[in-house]
Amino acid sequence: MTKTSDTGTKTVIENAHVRALNAFCGPVESSIYRKQQRVIVPTEKSFDALSLLKDRGFDLFIDVTCVDYLEYRKAKHRYGLVYLLASTMNTERLTVRLFVDDPKPTVASVVPLWEAANWLEREVWDLFGVDFTGHPDLRRLVMPEEFTAHPLRKDYPLQGRGERHNFPVITRDHS
Amino acid sequence: MPTAQPEIESSSEARSEDYLWTLNFGPQHPATHTTLRLVLKLEGERVVDAVPEMGYLHSGFEKIAEHLTFNQYVTVTDRMNYISPMANNVAWHHSVETLLGVNLTPRCTYIRTIVAELARISDHLLSNGAVGLDTGAFTYFLYAFYQREVIYDIFETLCGARFTNSYTRVGGVSHDFTPLVIEKIRAFVKTFPKTLNDMQRLLNRNRIFVDRTQGVGILTKEEAINRGATGPVARASGVTRDLRRDDPYLAYGDFDFQISCASAGDCYSRYLIRMQEMRESLKIVEQAIEHLPSGPVNVGNNERTTLPTKNQVYSTIEGTISHFELSMSNRGFEVPCEESYAAIEAPNGELGFYIVGDGEDQAYRARCRPPSVLNFAMFPHLIRGHTLSDVVAVLGSLNIIAAELDR
Repeated sequence: MTKTSDTGTKTVIENAHVRALNAFCGPVESSIYRKQQRVIVPTEKSFDALSLLKDRGFDLFIDVTCVDYLEYRKAKHRYGLVYLLASTMNTERLTVRLFVDDPKPTVASVVPLWEAANWLEREVWDLFGVDFTGHPDLRRLVMPEEFTAHPLRKDYPLQGRGERHNFPVITRDHS
Repeated sequence: MPTAQPEIESSSEARSEDYLWTLNFGPQHPATHTTLRLVLKLEGERVVDAVPEMGYLHSGFEKIAEHLTFNQYVTVTDRMNYISPMANNVAWHHSVETLLGVNLTPRCTYIRTIVAELARISDHLLSNGAVGLDTGAFTYFLYAFYQREVIYDIFETLCGARFTNSYTRVGGVSHDFTPLVIEKIRAFVKTFPKTLNDMQRLLNRNRIFVDRTQGVGILTKEEAINRGATGPVARASGVTRDLRRDDPYLAYGDFDFQISCASAGDCYSRYLIRMQEMRESLKIVEQAIEHLPSGPVNVGNNERTTLPTKNQVYSTIEGTISHFELSMSNRGFEVPCEESYAAIEAPNGELGFYIVGDGEDQAYRARCRPPSVLNFAMFPHLIRGHTLSDVVAVLGSLNIIAAELDR
């Protein structure tokens, strides 16, 4: 165990789950910030790593989300996916991160492990355009079907690109 | 025509699903209460399948979060789950303070606990009231709504707004408790149990209500965990998980209260859980208001993490400078280039924010983890095999708020 720095930033701490991940997919980068344990797993082994963590007691899938690091200082990758896992047996939590890049950001879907991931992955696909292979029903969740962009990407302007003015207007006769 | 013959043949061999009737439910419907849509496949009166659709209220709240400062964004969180906005305020600034590493004063944690629990009571009043309304118990709804009005009145006295409170600030709250607010909360704590008893007597053993909710929309414990249920929906299915006990944030560690759980997992147990949680919340409010610590409510100005009071701004030079600098861009909070997630037990379930800081006053990314999305996603699973009239009972018991659903 290494000592905590005053600013509360990265420290490396021995954790049974991290050790299991190390044994499974090579040395993973792990850190603790504000008492939250985080690990970065290799993208190609994400499904197996999350499956391993599920077997180790993280049975509750809290959230999957994405961060677009386009304008982030010192970022090496474009998109970072964040899986938040928790357990219903104890109070443990774990944040699993992995990175994907353009032109075709793709990651394995975890819907076979947790049904909860179904709509959450659809939302990430909708707003960030990250493709989830193996997802049973990858459609847009919050944006309309005709929409072509992925609005939470950093290169998408806050005001939009005028799509709203070109939405088809449904009249009474055509409804 | 030569092509006419095969068409007739194929239509005579009707596909096995052709007799099913498709019903469009929503987006505007009195029983959805908010703007969401269900496409139901009916066999007679039985629901064979349901396809929920959302997005009608999507307003890009997460995109807006990247362009507003941490204090400004609290106004947007009001509009997420608008039947318990105080809980959203508390959740947002709890996450921001986790990222920034701000430690609140004891008085502030107590005040936030009280308002969050009042928000829980007002949420459960409305969601249970709506279930009653949809299953024909209009009187019950009015009993519930009258008490919501009392809580609105408390919030109005506290911060001037009844509905969109925007009450919290980084490192504190916008208004301290005044003696009048404390008096009103005490009066509410005293009078509310009587109404709660009345409400219980109205509905708990009401034949019509019990028949319409018991055994309807059953969610097993395994399915609840698999589908990511949290809050009352999970606890009604036997998942004994409550962040107030498991991960005591704010002042919850100081109070004596029970976690309500049921094992049936149907609409009726979700109703009972919410009724019981109101009693437990009331216990927390009562303990907190009687042991409210004195002292400052906001973190000191020296730490420069909270806006000074107007009195300080107008009468001291430090207050003026501090207010001026905090209001300017690039001079406010020290935001680390880090990411963190913090959640509270909101009335609907685990409501958390995953915030990425990049040294700027705005969040680089602020993801809201909405409990409504996961609750709504399990709707087809719950309704299959039940009748059309059960749709409103199940929908009401999940307490889906479209503004939080779509953000």
